Amino acid sequence: MSDLTKLTLKAAVDGLKAKTFSSEEITRAFLTNIEAANPRLNAYVEVTGDKAIAMARASDARIASGTAGALEGAPLGIKDLFCTEGVQTTAGSNMLRGFVPPYESTVTANLWRDGAVMLGKLNMDEFAMGSSNETSAFGPVVNPWKSSGSNADLTPGGSSGGSASAVAADLCLAATASDTGGSIRQPAAFTGTVGIKPTYGRASRFGMVAFASSLDQAGPIAKNVEDAALLLQSMCSFDVKDSTSLDIPTPDWTQSVGQSVRGLRIGVPAEYVVDGMPAEIQALWDQGIAWLKDAGCEIVPISLPHTKYALPTYYIVAPAEASSNLARYDGMRFGHRATGTTSLTDLYESSRAEGFGAEVKRRLIIGAYVLSAGFYDAYYVKALKVRRRIAEDFDAVWDQVDAIVTPSTPSAAFALGDKQVDPLQMYLNDIFTVTANLAGLPGISVPAGLDSNGLPLGLQVIGKALDEATVFQVGAALEQAAGFTTKAERWW
Amino acid sequence: MAIDAATVRKVAHLARIKTPDDRLEPLAAELNGILSWIEQLAEVDVDGVEPMTSNVAQALRLREDAVTDGDKVTDIMANAPRSADGFFVVPKVVE
Repeated sequence: MSDLTKLTLKAAVDGLKAKTFSSEEITRAFLTNIEAANPRLNAYVEVTGDKAIAMARASDARIASGTAGALEGAPLGIKDLFCTEGVQTTAGSNMLRGFVPPYESTVTANLWRDGAVMLGKLNMDEFAMGSSNETSAFGPVVNPWKSSGSNADLTPGGSSGGSASAVAADLCLAATASDTGGSIRQPAAFTGTVGIKPTYGRASRFGMVAFASSLDQAGPIAKNVEDAALLLQSMCSFDVKDSTSLDIPTPDWTQSVGQSVRGLRIGVPAEYVVDGMPAEIQALWDQGIAWLKDAGCEIVPISLPHTKYALPTYYIVAPAEASSNLARYDGMRFGHRATGTTSLTDLYESSRAEGFGAEVKRRLIIGAYVLSAGFYDAYYVKALKVRRRIAEDFDAVWDQVDAIVTPSTPSAAFALGDKQVDPLQMYLNDIFTVTANLAGLPGISVPAGLDSNGLPLGLQVIGKALDEATVFQVGAALEQAAGFTTKAERWW
Repeated sequence: MAIDAATVRKVAHLARIKTPDDRLEPLAAELNGILSWIEQLAEVDVDGVEPMTSNVAQALRLREDAVTDGDKVTDIMANAPRSADGFFVVPKVVE
């Protein structure tokens, strides 16, 4: 039989329904791949092999009895910030090492309702704070892609680096991920995979380890646009356990894939041309615009004047929310507790100093600073006002355009260790993605080409709130025009 | 406004993160780098702009004031660093 692990999610689900192969067969094939690859790629922090086989057998029984769900028998990887009942959930942090949730996140519960199989938990930057996976307490994930002529290990991006690397290396059919400032789209771009962050409120945040609650959204990383649509529509739902969950139906987004984009108006924002942007990124963007024009789109130059303020705004809002959210890690009810302390304050301070890594501490201290007396108005309230300006920029263009196309990232994947010295250099990775989080808009990254070193580059499509349909439609048009089929050459 | 080591010490204490003395200066330098970059927000005219606290243009939902969950002592205690008889065990707080 051909290699089942190379199938798309859609082809695998179809093959399982047609009983061409069983869920147990494809699940075992993935477990074999993971066993061989994980010592080098470090994509999984925990492989739940026994559970996967049990879930696969249950799926095979449901397929046999004609009660198969939409993802029945499909083996998936789960980012380790989704709480999984009875399976350790760490969010990449020593703070949560050994934490076994007694409940299931709504997103993963939706996947199991639809018959999916869990292969294990995927590595990530600690509490999703990072763009290279190097802040993980479990060590960095390695990108399956290599720069031509170099053997250096590259980052898969972050924070969903484990998800991106696992999908790119055929260690799962697709994976869950999450995106606060670009954590789905940047790793997708770095690994030649597709990742979408839906409209804020589409996917429930219940059971997702919180980073910045007004920005966090779950979404998939997958092998192609159709797979991303298939997985996203299973992940999304209205949920009374999340007060910002939207009480609206989830469309069948797979229907948008392959629909003609003729007549759609595509915005090209002038402000996304940034200083020092490599010529290859500009060339890829121009190519994407040309493809859409050829497909019958009308190209409309637009202005989003507050774009340059998005990252500084994010680095006030996100740390402020994180400092509040992560106050729960006090060593009392769950998580790491320091020993040998002399007072209650010492216990709090020591537990948090031992449990959190350097980047998390840095952001919590920034967050506490911008929220502290005397600075609250100057930093936090100011940032919230600029955030509204950024959202209004988008509101002002939606009567002229149906979607916006931009590069996904300002560079291709870089070497592990390259940007660790200066936090600001790392933060700039999210320059094109963070606006969609601040404004709550859907954004997809689609692989569109290779740079001169043979590394994948992505294009981003941003849509109106709740209009994932157009985002998938345009994303699929770019995917078709790009004909991106290159895979990382196996070295692991 | 530059942050010095004393400010880092104060804010780290607010955040309840024990920070050794030899980390205060390096952290102050890092935070100053980040905050001076953030200062560019001062250029933006936000007169009359309402702070944006949510992406969701809907009022918070109300529900009937009823007990919908509970009786989960074992679940709640399952990840406690120390517990006894259904209670979290914490260090002595009151002398």
